[in-house]
Amino acid sequence: MDENKLLDFEKPLLELNKKIEELESFMKEKNIDLSSEIKRLEKRAENVREEIYNNLEPWQILKIARHPERPLTLDYIDQITDEFIEFKGDRRFGNDQALVGGIGLIEDIPVTILGHQKGKDTKVNINRNFGMAHPEGYRKAMRLMRQAEKFGRPVVNLINTPGAYPGIGAEKRGQAEAIATNLMEMSGLKTPIIVIITGEGGSGGALGIGLGDRIMMMEFSYYSVSSPEACAAILWKNSDQAEEAAAALKLTAPDLMELGVIDKIIPEPAGGAHKDQKKAAEILKSEIITAVKELSELSEEQMLEQRYSKFRDMGEHIIKPDQGKIRENLIDEDRKEDDQSLKRENIQSK
Amino acid sequence: MLKDWFGKSKYVTVKKGEKEDTKEPEDKREEKQKQKEDDQLWTKCKECEEIIFNKKLAQNLMVCPKCGYHFRLTALDRLSITVDENSFEEFAEDVDTGDPLDFPGYQDKLEKAKRENTINEAVITGEAAIEEYPIVIAVMDFYFMGGSMGSAVGEKITRAVEKSHTSEKPLVIFSTAGGARMQEGMLSLMQMAKTSAAVRRLHEKGILFISVLTDPTSGGVTASYASLGDIILAEQGALIAFAGPRVIKQTISKKLPEGFQRAEFLLEHGMVDRVVERKNIRDNLASILKIHRTGEEF
Repeated sequence: MDENKLLDFEKPLLELNKKIEELESFMKEKNIDLSSEIKRLEKRAENVREEIYNNLEPWQILKIARHPERPLTLDYIDQITDEFIEFKGDRRFGNDQALVGGIGLIEDIPVTILGHQKGKDTKVNINRNFGMAHPEGYRKAMRLMRQAEKFGRPVVNLINTPGAYPGIGAEKRGQAEAIATNLMEMSGLKTPIIVIITGEGGSGGALGIGLGDRIMMMEFSYYSVSSPEACAAILWKNSDQAEEAAAALKLTAPDLMELGVIDKIIPEPAGGAHKDQKKAAEILKSEIITAVKELSELSEEQMLEQRYSKFRDMGEHIIKPDQGKIRENLIDEDRKEDDQSLKRENIQSK
Repeated sequence: MLKDWFGKSKYVTVKKGEKEDTKEPEDKREEKQKQKEDDQLWTKCKECEEIIFNKKLAQNLMVCPKCGYHFRLTALDRLSITVDENSFEEFAEDVDTGDPLDFPGYQDKLEKAKRENTINEAVITGEAAIEEYPIVIAVMDFYFMGGSMGSAVGEKITRAVEKSHTSEKPLVIFSTAGGARMQEGMLSLMQMAKTSAAVRRLHEKGILFISVLTDPTSGGVTASYASLGDIILAEQGALIAFAGPRVIKQTISKKLPEGFQRAEFLLEHGMVDRVVERKNIRDNLASILKIHRTGEEF
């Protein structure tokens, strides 16, 4: 195993792996049978890995979600579809490489698939803008979702982005408007929408294609209102406290399941999706098919009603009936005179 | 509140959060006291540094008479210069904030915000009238935890949208926000989805929604209901953004263009219908309400 690709908390595995390698080469050199010893060590390594992965801290999950080897949207699309054709452009401004989409067949189900696309190396990542979409990306997504609605295809959205791109062009072209419009339109789209957070679920950039009938998270993905680094910097003026922020923000799949933000956690192969891409894709595929089948049993009306109430119920506030209205304070009798003179002046000044 | 403008408004006293330090030497304390008294009399314009008497500033709706800089208003002040006198009837006042994530320090910050403000959350919602045209109105308040949207704010906005939906009265929302409230994590982010879905129903029913963007409106609020009005007005000079200028500067490590993300910039790029001076907002709203009303009777 490549040492560099191990995450820091996987270090206990390193020694075991080294030992296994040593024994293997020793066996070859001296022609002695050590296979039972190797097997024993491999079993131990597996146990250690299991132990580590069963007790991950939120910060460690975040690191797996950002792992450079983690399968990307196009990897998953490649694995779960029999055929796929990518469609490009928002018909307004351009084609965003950071958010891809198209149509394909999952088994025999025609679907529209969208997702943020990062790159595996720096060069591709620059092309893909590190998976951070511009308004044209969100508008392309909306165009393809409307197309899916027209042809009655379910929509599958794969989320993996650090966030929507914060840049001059993005602001000029209405990043906020693009995301807002998507949220509004998706809440009423007359075709099933299945959302899966596969890696990073970075704030509004993730949510921009994240409203749907089923919201699922892969086991080692995260979904957060802000990156823990930014959260720590803003709240505690110290980005070194990102680890604490990651815990406080409740951004892991089990936490969000408990908060009612997501419907399901999709298990990953031991050690994370990047350890066995094929298996990860297989699990993902079967979850998508299950969700499509479940949703196809609902009438359009039922589906939209359920989708609406799902998000209508999100959030937790308390009711304090004794808070009293502030209306009484609004107009102070003593100052009424002044108020009126002020308004008069206001009118005169026009 | 308007009455505060004549002496003890929070805009015109000493800086927020400043505490009396009892260990300070006598002369320094005196100096501070003098400063405090001065602050109660006048305010320095943040833009042109003009010294403005507070009374004059209040009479000018908290707009600098020299350069036109618009000081930020509390929600109550905004209400009092926008709606007909005595017309405001609050609802959803019982919706209060919880601490669903048990987030470190959140309770303290909330308590402090409640102590320092007249309202209980970063938005106030009610029914009112403008030039006798009945409306449902929600006004956000930047002085309450930076106008950030958590569950309670999202709930109140949604209830305002729903009230507009059932009563069929036009909806007016004055937004000002730093974004989603971090201390409620993903529940805050989900308020974007919740409010936007509610606004969709309003549009489907054919009810007018006017969104007024005031300084500053950014993050999750801009990326949800604030951008979804039939008509979007922006107060003169307001900063309106998805990502704040500091974040963008950090990301691209370049100087930002002059006037970037100001109301006028958004107008130029087709993102808002009108940029309006504070003193004209009420009239603009009244005109829009009047024309829509006329259409109904046609």
